[in-house]
Amino acid sequence: MIQIAFSLFWEFFKIGLFAVGGGPATLPYLMELTRKFDWYTMEELTTMIAVSESTPGPLGLNMSTYAGFETLGLFGGVVSTLGLVVPSVIVICVIAKFLDNFNENRFVKAAFNAIRPAVCAIIAASVYQVCKVSLFSSEATGYTPYIKTIILCIVVFALLQVKRLQKIHPAWWLLAAAVVGVIFKF
Amino acid sequence: MKEYAQLYWAFLRIGGLTFGGGLAMLPMLKHELVQKKKWLTEEELVDCYAIGQCTPGIIAVNTATYVGYKRKRVMGGIISTLGMITPSLVIITLVAVCLQAFIENVYVQHAIMGIRGVVCALMINTVLTLAKKNLKNAFCYVIAAIAFIAAHFCGVKTILIVLAATAVGIVWELKGDKK
Repeated sequence: MIQIAFSLFWEFFKIGLFAVGGGPATLPYLMELTRKFDWYTMEELTTMIAVSESTPGPLGLNMSTYAGFETLGLFGGVVSTLGLVVPSVIVICVIAKFLDNFNENRFVKAAFNAIRPAVCAIIAASVYQVCKVSLFSSEATGYTPYIKTIILCIVVFALLQVKRLQKIHPAWWLLAAAVVGVIFKF
Repeated sequence: MKEYAQLYWAFLRIGGLTFGGGLAMLPMLKHELVQKKKWLTEEELVDCYAIGQCTPGIIAVNTATYVGYKRKRVMGGIISTLGMITPSLVIITLVAVCLQAFIENVYVQHAIMGIRGVVCALMINTVLTLAKKNLKNAFCYVIAAIAFIAAHFCGVKTILIVLAATAVGIVWELKGDKK
């Protein structure tokens, strides 16, 4: 158990150190963990995202707590979350102490001009994977689509393009989805 | 001591009352830190938010550490961060316990299948918003295309892609000097 706790801490420490761009940027790393360890599956990751989006608190913290909890209970949640935030605390304290105009520095700016589009693309690649396991059941014979779930996805996506509906909080969409899922027996 | 308690409590409130983190947190930070506590001016908040965004890690945590550090040095940074993570730990653990208890239930299963569809829609929407914000010129499109191919088709580790992008950005800037 100590060993798992240690690898939880270490993996989330690395995520905290390299996830640039906050919450969504942790997604590619969380997905990599499903391949490296059997802590949680891709399907569980979808549920994790739903829970994290519909509860208060930063997305990244919610995801680390949930992933840690799934793996090692309450203790795992605490360990993962601490792992995630320790690099931030160190990096930020150093920057606050030594670099007055860190975000004005031209090399920092230059680096971020390239990091932002790259991270954007990596997140897109992970979202593709998440959608694939969420909308299709994978069997030995290939992928079978969950028709009702896909229709709901398309409808909600279309609705999200309407300006006035964009202000609705994700939690309400998720709640509505749960109700629709129960009524229409998804 | 009293000031540590205040830092902890302020960030506990911010963490517990905002959904989504990142940008969604700005109005709450402004209300708590600028208007109520007067710990920062509005310009300072924007500065520390900018730093939170262009450093690795969760933006909300970075901002909490920065504000805490400015008030009370390293201890302040740690206390503020602990305040920020407390609500997530408590709320998510409770939700996860409930979910584990009911996951076999057939209604919960139906609900989850519906929720999955909406999660996909929300995530695709997030990616589109990010792309609109971050892909501004040909340089960005090229980087994004290469990063996507590396991540999706070649299975290159995310950490390596981020490090490579950092190097490319800096080299590109230096190359501009020579001309």
